[in-house]
Amino acid sequence: MKPASDIHPKMYRYRRIVEAKLFIDAHYADKIDLDNISNQAAFSKYHFLRLFKSAFGKSPHKYLTEVRIQHAQKLLKSHPIANVCYAVGFESIPSFTKLFKAHTGLSPKAFSKRLQAQDQQQQAAPLTFVPHCFAKSYGWDE
Amino acid sequence: MITHLSHASIYVLDQARAIDFYVNKLGFIERMKVPLGPDAFWITVSPPDQPDLEITLMPIQEGGMFQADVAKKFRELVQKGTFGFGVFECKDIYATYQELKSKGVEFTKEPTKEFYGIEAMFKDDSGNWFSLKQS
Repeated sequence: MKPASDIHPKMYRYRRIVEAKLFIDAHYADKIDLDNISNQAAFSKYHFLRLFKSAFGKSPHKYLTEVRIQHAQKLLKSHPIANVCYAVGFESIPSFTKLFKAHTGLSPKAFSKRLQAQDQQQQAAPLTFVPHCFAKSYGWDE
Repeated sequence: MITHLSHASIYVLDQARAIDFYVNKLGFIERMKVPLGPDAFWITVSPPDQPDLEITLMPIQEGGMFQADVAKKFRELVQKGTFGFGVFECKDIYATYQELKSKGVEFTKEPTKEFYGIEAMFKDDSGNWFSLKQS
């Protein structure tokens, strides 16, 4: 069967949209907005919004927020909330807190506490995190 | 009544390399990394929009039910590309194909229209292969 890319005339357009996504992945911590991102893809703002959403199922703004929240989740294990907020590109702690809670269901403070408790439990009894079928096959439970 | 699958395993040759592949190339989220000894971790990752499925990156190493000769044979089979582990869905296969290729993921099949959707195929860093599909 003929590869679909041969019959798909718009592959170059995908490259530009993908470059915009990679731009967000690389620059999420900077002060970037839709103008920066659509410029990166060399599309008009409206056209870019439509193409990005069609390719990735979410708007570039929503994707940027998700990337920032994902990185914040990692950093909250060992850094103060204010530092995390600015390190991942948010400009105010209230908006960071609100968005973080909307995405994870927990405030940054509660999330950080949960991570620390989980970390302590991992140190004390790591096997409590491993379903027995996996632990048994490796002899980790012996 | 069973409701859904929560954990599934992929057997990998090198856990550190695998976590880099699944997180930094495929864009999965690291969920757990629990040390279980000098050379082993309990590591799980999830596709970003499917947090209730944890994929465990299991090391192929001697221990438990894996005797030395079994582990050696298993590593050889994985490295040879004997095992296909599953199908990952995406919203737009052309965009995802471009993105993963630009990150160095090795594809063995370009996006191709099939009866069940548009499908491409790629390998992970160990040699396991997967379908990438847009329905």
